[in-house]
Amino acid sequence: MNLEKLIAMANQIGAFFEAMPDREQAVADVASHLKRSWDPRMRQQILASLGTADEARLKPLVREALRRL
Amino acid sequence: MNAPQELNMAGARVGAGDTVTLEIDGIAVSVPAGTPLLRAGVAAGVMIPKLCDSEGLKPFGSCRLCLVEIEGRKGYPSSCTTPAEAGMKVRTQSPQLAKLRRNVMELYISDHPLDCLTCAANGDCELQDMAGVVGLREVRYGTSDANPGENHFTETAKDESNPYFSYDPAKCIVCNRCVRACEETQGTFALTITGRGFGSRVTAGQGESFMASDCVSCGACVKACPTATLVEKTVIDLGQAERSVATTCAYCGVGCGFRAEVKGTQVVRMVPADEGRANEGHACVKGRFAWGYATHPDRVTKPMIREKISDPWREVSWEEALSHTAKEFRRIQAKHGTNSIGAIVSSRCTNEEDYLVQKLVRTAFGNNNVDTCARVCHSPTGYGLKQTLGESAGTQTFKSVEQADVIVVIGANPSDAHPVFASRLKRRVREGAQLIVIDPRAIDLVSSPHVRAAHHLQLRPGTNVAVLSAMAHVIVSEGLVDEAFVAARCEAKAFADWREFAARPENSPEALEAASGVPAASVRAAARLYATGVNGRKNAAIYYGLGVTEHSQGSTAVIAIANLAMATGNVGREGVGVNPLRGQNNVQGSCDMGSFPHELPGYRHVSDTATRQLFERDWGVQIQSEPGLRIPNMLDAALDGSFMGLYCQGEDPAQSDPNTQHVTAALAAMECVVVQDLFVNETAKYAHVFLPGASFLEKDGTFTNAERRISRVRRVMPPLAGKADWETTLALAKALGYEMHYAHPSQIMDEIARLTPSFAGVSYARLEQMGSIQWPCNDAAPEGTPTMHVDAFVRGKGRFLVTQYVPTDEKVTRRFPLLLTTGRVLSQYNVGAQTRRTANTDFYAADLLEIHPHDAEERGIREGDRVAVESRVGRTLLPATVTERVAPGVVYTTFHFPESGANVITTENSDWATNCPEYKVTAVQVSRSGGA
Repeated sequence: MNLEKLIAMANQIGAFFEAMPDREQAVADVASHLKRSWDPRMRQQILASLGTADEARLKPLVREALRRL
Repeated sequence: MNAPQELNMAGARVGAGDTVTLEIDGIAVSVPAGTPLLRAGVAAGVMIPKLCDSEGLKPFGSCRLCLVEIEGRKGYPSSCTTPAEAGMKVRTQSPQLAKLRRNVMELYISDHPLDCLTCAANGDCELQDMAGVVGLREVRYGTSDANPGENHFTETAKDESNPYFSYDPAKCIVCNRCVRACEETQGTFALTITGRGFGSRVTAGQGESFMASDCVSCGACVKACPTATLVEKTVIDLGQAERSVATTCAYCGVGCGFRAEVKGTQVVRMVPADEGRANEGHACVKGRFAWGYATHPDRVTKPMIREKISDPWREVSWEEALSHTAKEFRRIQAKHGTNSIGAIVSSRCTNEEDYLVQKLVRTAFGNNNVDTCARVCHSPTGYGLKQTLGESAGTQTFKSVEQADVIVVIGANPSDAHPVFASRLKRRVREGAQLIVIDPRAIDLVSSPHVRAAHHLQLRPGTNVAVLSAMAHVIVSEGLVDEAFVAARCEAKAFADWREFAARPENSPEALEAASGVPAASVRAAARLYATGVNGRKNAAIYYGLGVTEHSQGSTAVIAIANLAMATGNVGREGVGVNPLRGQNNVQGSCDMGSFPHELPGYRHVSDTATRQLFERDWGVQIQSEPGLRIPNMLDAALDGSFMGLYCQGEDPAQSDPNTQHVTAALAAMECVVVQDLFVNETAKYAHVFLPGASFLEKDGTFTNAERRISRVRRVMPPLAGKADWETTLALAKALGYEMHYAHPSQIMDEIARLTPSFAGVSYARLEQMGSIQWPCNDAAPEGTPTMHVDAFVRGKGRFLVTQYVPTDEKVTRRFPLLLTTGRVLSQYNVGAQTRRTANTDFYAADLLEIHPHDAEERGIREGDRVAVESRVGRTLLPATVTERVAPGVVYTTFHFPESGANVITTENSDWATNCPEYKVTAVQVSRSGGA
């Protein structure tokens, strides 16, 4: 899968939920959305970006959510 | 005109008053006060002769055949225009009435050609019938042996300009039914009566041919005509049908009921059924006339295989094609893993077929890699409405629009894409409802005969959420929230959060005007109208289409729409609601049937253990608890090497999905692509196996339309290739070692009902009994559910969600300064596989690029010039049409013709929640092609 595209998609999800007033809930919602709608191979690939230079391209909210998966 | 089996006796019209009792020919009958006596007669079993009256049209009172006598009153009033009153004593037969009627008929026939034996309407002519009913025995006027019917246009040529029907003025009795049908039913006002006396005739437009006029070829005039004046050319060619079969149209999501009139296995004509609840006897040029593709010579009727996509196709037996497919899929799974194959379910196929394909994937394939073409149209509807209201479906019936006082149409063009619903909507606007159109283009509804939108918010493509948030701001900040509704029906905390968000200054119409391009005052006025209604009548309904969903914020916009409806209390009764206009006939159904990679039938997530176990017990397999790949993910995974086999049923991603280069590269990377379709489509160019599909005329099943209405599809002719699509899927499952045992689609529906709570009460027997059923249909709602969320939302309390406007990444730049948006036209349908193979190409033969005069002039582009359209991902050539329908800075095209390559230039940007492609926003440059 194209990591570039996965990061963009994840950040889009983050952009929707980061407008929520409750940040804790927003993180949980991003994680839930990824878990419930992304095929495992997509999740695995984006999870693999954590701890690499690519992580910086993820919104903080998304990074936090990915760590909960 | 009317089929003999459908008695046309003004049956639909009744009064609205209290019930009154009267006598007709000594028979007591009770009807609502105001019901025309003609209709009261039907209720009493008394058939009063008539000619100018017709189903669904207002009383006209011109033919003077339906005269009656009323005790205590003078004269002979026409029964179609005389309302029933309590205590009336009506006589429909008397010597004087008989004489009057014979005189009337004599005058009609004196002006009518007496060629009954060779007339196309022979056996189906109301004039002929009425002549018999009134006992006409002689015609004293205007006839001679040499020239019967001599007064009437004997030298006037027929108008054969329309490809589907003929107009013969010589046979016209000037009953006005066609003119009234065009006005009242269709709402186009293309016809009129010109001339006087014997010179009276039906005229299209300004004395033009039908094709040159504003006529939209809906066929309402043809159906209304009591003679052969307006008659289908297929009837002229083939004669009267032998039998008829009730079925459902396979074009858009309106789901019109039709009567397929058939001779042997040949369709003679498709007549919209008066009992069809989605259409109430109306149709459009596609459903009514564009069915000839079913027997087009391009149909492939033999299975074919090839080793490589560069090889020629080789016709093989069904057995060989299916065993080859099974071997290939198993080989791929052995090499690349269980999750390396999947399927695309068609929203054109039946519920039963869609159910079977997802079952095939979850059983024989052993994974959840199943998706439907709804992915690329209405998947955000499913997500957005589930999150807010609790169910992934529209809230109303189409009929509900008759109770609406304010109608918002956003990102939809019903006159072209859902024309039968548009006619109902326009009728309501003519009755006084106010219309708000939110669309980048000046669609027909903005201004058409006797319809003018109160507000047209001509926003920039990609800014729906900005406009909807601005409307929310007005509603919140001006005290227009229905506080009682919200307090009783919605989650308090979520509403408080939303209210605070909406009230922020950055969400005001003034703040968002720069982004959307819509004047703040217009947004404020539209929001006030939506929230407060018209003269104290507050029913406000929102209708939306792909102009909402096909955006990077498609789901956000759907949520924003639901927020507006909840905030103003416009949910849970007739005349209001949130109404997605589904693009294809069975988008709703394919989604209902579990065709998404994360959901089992009934929108239940695959991670839900109890639901999974329910299906596992029934199907005898283990179902994966993780979601599978969506269509765009499948394509990406193909390029990545982890998705190598695809079963593609009735879908053409190579033409319909965005960024064609990406799609075709992905298809080419797969090791086995199986296409099941009527024709060798664009995707089939990348296929290794072709399995012939069956049209809707060749199979039994059900479709579910945009109002959740489940309607029967009935077989009219045998499948040309020997198998209906459900039978092909069964055979493929068997070849893969998973046998399913169904003798008829009704048994598939029984299984769906057994496993899906919202379908629990649905069966073919029940459909026969009720005609159609709107789900949920179960013990709690045995008659189905016309209006949803009446006392409570499906999820309990309605849930507001904050909808922050996030501009799309698809920005205009100096290199790509224009925004391209896409849509479809009335006469063509999606990728055109069907309509391009009919005479509908006479109406629209090529995709066009609409460009504003200002942008055209800047580029030296004139009407008809061939122009290059270039985006960040591709370039194509289109003929230009210069029009003010689009605003400066916006261009528009359709995607009906593969050669125009509209999707060569659209990008892979997609909705954040569902990956629905952002077809509606592509930054482009347009230039004269110089013949390149």
